[in-house]
Amino acid sequence: MRTDVDSGSEMCYNLLEINREGEVTMVLNDEQQAILDGKRGETLSKVMKTLIMYGEAFGAERMIPVTSEYGHTVISFGIGVMRPVYELYDKMLEAGAKSFQGFSADPRPLDPEVPANFLQKLVFKIMYSQQERYEEQLKKFGIMSDDAYSCACYLPEVNNVPKRGDILSWAESSAVVYANSVLGARCNRNSGIIELMGMIAGVVPEFGLLTDEGRKADLIVEVKTEKMPVAQLLGSAVGMKAMERVPYIKGLDRFLGTELTDDVCAYLKDFGAATASNGSVGLYHIENLTPECKDFGEELVKDGAEVYVIDDKELERVKKSYPCIWKKQDAKPKLCFIGCPHLTMSQLIWWTEKIENGLKESGSRKVKVPTVLTTAPAVLKEFRNTPYAERLLSTGAILSYICPLMYMNNPLSKKMPVITSSNKLRTYTSAKYYDDSEILEIITKGGKK
Amino acid sequence: MMSKVFKGRVITPGAVSAKALVSRGGFNTLASYQSAIMFGDKQVKCGDQNNPDIYKKPMINKAICLPETIGSTTGGMVLYTVCALGKAPACMLFSKPIDSLAASGAILAANWTETKMPVVDSLGEDFLDYVKDDMTVTVSEDGTVTVD
Repeated sequence: MRTDVDSGSEMCYNLLEINREGEVTMVLNDEQQAILDGKRGETLSKVMKTLIMYGEAFGAERMIPVTSEYGHTVISFGIGVMRPVYELYDKMLEAGAKSFQGFSADPRPLDPEVPANFLQKLVFKIMYSQQERYEEQLKKFGIMSDDAYSCACYLPEVNNVPKRGDILSWAESSAVVYANSVLGARCNRNSGIIELMGMIAGVVPEFGLLTDEGRKADLIVEVKTEKMPVAQLLGSAVGMKAMERVPYIKGLDRFLGTELTDDVCAYLKDFGAATASNGSVGLYHIENLTPECKDFGEELVKDGAEVYVIDDKELERVKKSYPCIWKKQDAKPKLCFIGCPHLTMSQLIWWTEKIENGLKESGSRKVKVPTVLTTAPAVLKEFRNTPYAERLLSTGAILSYICPLMYMNNPLSKKMPVITSSNKLRTYTSAKYYDDSEILEIITKGGKK
Repeated sequence: MMSKVFKGRVITPGAVSAKALVSRGGFNTLASYQSAIMFGDKQVKCGDQNNPDIYKKPMINKAICLPETIGSTTGGMVLYTVCALGKAPACMLFSKPIDSLAASGAILAANWTETKMPVVDSLGEDFLDYVKDDMTVTVSEDGTVTVD
């Protein structure tokens, strides 16, 4: 059914008001129209209206059903100052809104395992004063479980793994880019709140990365490095250049091969998170590797796509461009975060062995800098059942399910010299970026390259 | 002084006049706002150390001129919160077509808060080349933007 201004409600009139051409373009089916017309109450009508306006801003012509088994929300934190969000959610819950599907959420902001002094803990308590209230709201909306808190919800242990072609209503930049690129699912870079509205309505506007045309590449990246580029650094370079464009990456299969093994998926997870945080990439294609590239190859590239060559020199340039806002630039690190996005099982094992070997070489038993490795609660549970967990913990390293970003939001954390191998964490906080080998050097030998 | 007129597409309507604050690179919404929201900064100073154009500059009631927003998908939620808390910019003026996060924030604010924050996109590269910090920018309901 086409929304008709003459016979429509005030909502339809409002839609007309926001449309630049002066006419409503979105086609709604009977059910969607009924919701918009207020048959399920004013609040749900407003939810539908919000989704329609969102779609119309991008020329969407219709709403399409969300087809994935589970959703994912980027909002996992109950921060006192974000009270308008929780008030909005209360309003939706009071109106009977519930997600039509189970969903996961980003990592929790607090974990007593992560070192914090008395004052930091006090500030955390004040900052995240709404955490309990918010987690109750998520339960009412239909979160998958008490453990479903991870930015890497697509890890098999977490069990929110969309199928190729699934339509998602997700938000979390690193998860969206992974689902689109590595799994071949379809999701726009939705914002927090909007993604929950899509889960409530069960539909999302069809535009951008949900369409074949929107998934075509408009930037060619030629990787011409001598050795395998560091994922977090390559992703940063690609993100800064691509911004919102879809990059088609050539030359990376020389290092990664043509199969999506666990190690390759872990690489792509970190690469994608850096593209999404240093730019706003929602989908990338890697020649001969990612599913759509395997099927369509260069047919995915739009005519006239710009070419960006990345060699070792370019990566070095990008790395040197990172500002460091520490007061004392050569301060001794007080904390190290590894795992933003959350680590995979194979990455936890890799780090365990590397830290052990590094300590052996330096003749030390414990890490020189308090080091927190973060992963999903479900991965953590499985990892604790392996012999690696005890080996890792015996180096003094700490395992956690926390969101390092949320930890760094504490003003007292911001003042700490924190180091990380995560380009995402570097982008949003005062944490200083080092690549994996440099991090290892610092945490096992106490030195800096 | 000469004024120059640009025509864009209205995302959320409104008319306002304000001093420009110009981000020539992508505007990282979370990085820009998180400290200011968290610590109740009345001037809402930009906290994004990766954006030298606007880092540490007050954003409240400014006409933020930008190519697009980048970064975390909390972006729209952050913009919505900023508007709900009365800490919004006067308007947001995009040289490029708007991105999904900024559009979400603008639309959430328009539908679920009392704040009127006009948002206009597709103003073109000329707009961003011309506008400088502290120039007076006037936005009309129809998406016309005049820079003095």
